[in-house]
Amino acid sequence: MTRSTVGSLARRLFASQPRQAAAAQAPDAINVEIPVPFQLHLLQEGPARESVTSREELVKMYRDMFRIRRMEITADKLFKSQLVRGFCHLYDGQEAVTIGMEAALTYEDTVITAYRDHATFLGRGGTVHECFAELMGRSTGCARGKGGSMHLYKPSNNFYGGWGIVGTTGPLGAGLAFANKYEKKNNVAMAIYGDGAGNQGQLFEAKNMAGLWDLPLIFLVENNHYGMGTAEWRASKKTTFYDRVSYIPGIKVDGMDAFAVKEATRFAKEHCLSGKGPIVLEADTYRYHGHSMSDPGSTYRTRNEIQGVRQERDPIERIKKLMIKENVMREEEFKAVDKEIKQEVDDAAAKAKDDPNPGEEELFMNIYKNDSGLKTYGCDRNMVRVQLP
Amino acid sequence: RAYVFGEDVKFGGVFRCTSGLADAFGTHRVFNTPLCEQGLVGFGIGLAAMGNRAIAEIQFADYIFPAFDQATAKFRYRSGNAFNCGGLTVRSPYGAVGHGGHYHSQSPEAFFCHVPGLKVVIPRNPSQAKGLLLASIRDPNPVIFFEPKWLYRLSVDEVPEGDYMLPLSNAEVIREGTDITLVAWGAQLAVMQQACAEAEKEGISCELIDLRTLIPWDKELVEASVNKTGKLIVSHEAPVTGGFGAEIAATIAERCFLRLEAPIARVCGLDTPFPLVFEPFYMPTANKVSTA
Repeated sequence: MTRSTVGSLARRLFASQPRQAAAAQAPDAINVEIPVPFQLHLLQEGPARESVTSREELVKMYRDMFRIRRMEITADKLFKSQLVRGFCHLYDGQEAVTIGMEAALTYEDTVITAYRDHATFLGRGGTVHECFAELMGRSTGCARGKGGSMHLYKPSNNFYGGWGIVGTTGPLGAGLAFANKYEKKNNVAMAIYGDGAGNQGQLFEAKNMAGLWDLPLIFLVENNHYGMGTAEWRASKKTTFYDRVSYIPGIKVDGMDAFAVKEATRFAKEHCLSGKGPIVLEADTYRYHGHSMSDPGSTYRTRNEIQGVRQERDPIERIKKLMIKENVMREEEFKAVDKEIKQEVDDAAAKAKDDPNPGEEELFMNIYKNDSGLKTYGCDRNMVRVQLP
Repeated sequence: RAYVFGEDVKFGGVFRCTSGLADAFGTHRVFNTPLCEQGLVGFGIGLAAMGNRAIAEIQFADYIFPAFDQATAKFRYRSGNAFNCGGLTVRSPYGAVGHGGHYHSQSPEAFFCHVPGLKVVIPRNPSQAKGLLLASIRDPNPVIFFEPKWLYRLSVDEVPEGDYMLPLSNAEVIREGTDITLVAWGAQLAVMQQACAEAEKEGISCELIDLRTLIPWDKELVEASVNKTGKLIVSHEAPVTGGFGAEIAATIAERCFLRLEAPIARVCGLDTPFPLVFEPFYMPTANKVSTA
């Protein structure tokens, strides 16, 4: 046998061994049951119904989710006070999807998502300050203030954004996955889109390409059941997305359960990296806010429905209950953590408010690489405003 | 046999343009489509090819690019008039709105002006919009009707009741003058009016023309005006390079070369993707009116 086959065999052996075996030996291992069964398409077996976690992981997950929640609520306030202009699409309610997914990925995996990206940005290691600064268009934002809410990026952690046009993440994700495969990296690409985008032609094109070329691509559908104001059953003939395509396997996951998402993502990553090609994950989740800040969110769904989800399925409450039950943290400790994170978020907002706007020359920069001799004029064509090298 | 469809039109649309229509005409004629622009325009072409008046709405002009492909204009030509999709009218809000950013503020009119067989129409206020839209719907050619979204809330006008149409391919002189001709369309006219008023204080008399239909455009009227004044400025929100102003400048240069007293100026958007924060810098403001 050649070294590479031994290597790949070994990798496959170890990959298929459940982490349970190793982690169960650790003294502080906590087993979390996943109550809602996974629905499978074209798969004989699905992800494990039990996730093994640790005290540290639980605390981190809680903190990250709570931080996202506070950030989105603060972003809402900033928008209403007109410090954030443009559009603002909030993620609160869906925290478990991004945090669960990140628990199973590394920063070497590539992630690309659509415009509801504040939380995804944070999950990929972005800071609240960078996010707020970008929302307010300041030069300290992650895109130097030139992108805004829908265009957050973090290249150092392989977060490719932040895309405004619905459905683009499919083909783009295929490109990212192809690059990973070509460079023989042991990493997946994750292309995230919503139920509204599910009917876009370009997604089917991307799925075909990914299937044809066995790309290590995970299609993650964040199904919050409403494409802007249109309920999924009014937009789609078939309201499930994990089994849309007859040649790509899929898994439907309870998106409000961070551990379900984690196990599903782990399973998906192993699937892709063992050369089986792409896979679709559909996360059944919910957003509390409307589609964007100009949508109250209550004209197409009842307040009872929103309240109901908050009471029964809120992802943060869920993990909190688990942590209390497992004696990871007590009620008072939660209060302290909440206060600390609230302060952190408020400080980030205050700092971002004072940050400077980008300079005038930024208007013309980054249009072309090295801005190839672009001469741009002011309103009067006789006055050359900027001449770039 | 007219149908209105698009994303979210049934409850009135994101700009309330179609509110009340579903109640008045029924949901079999006013209906939502799923989120697919390419499909939606193709669907409209099919409807129109069967002799109906399909009025498709694309939620923001920025989303129109997936639909671009559906070569609606060539249908009549390549079928030797066997078929046509003249009954198709595509309505779409376009243009800057003060806070839209890259994907909600673009002005793609220039791309469509490059397609022979299509008509592109842009109204400047509600009473014009009504007449031009009715004319566009009834025109036996496919029309793209761009609605300046800036004006949805801002523009207040007395709109006559009843049915009336305004002629397409007819520009309109909305302010008479003798020293210089200014051409613009849509929301930009408000800016131009301001510029004219300022210029007037300095003793410059401006003639302002609303082009109304971009293709086929009213060359005669503009030519007549430039023959009178000898100078021309064209202004639009879209980036200056390759913008529709270039077409107007070139044509008038051809036709009025000997009469022109100064080079034709274009005061337009800058050659950058539409910026979020920089919008005030980007927009062609009223500040520069050049005379020889």
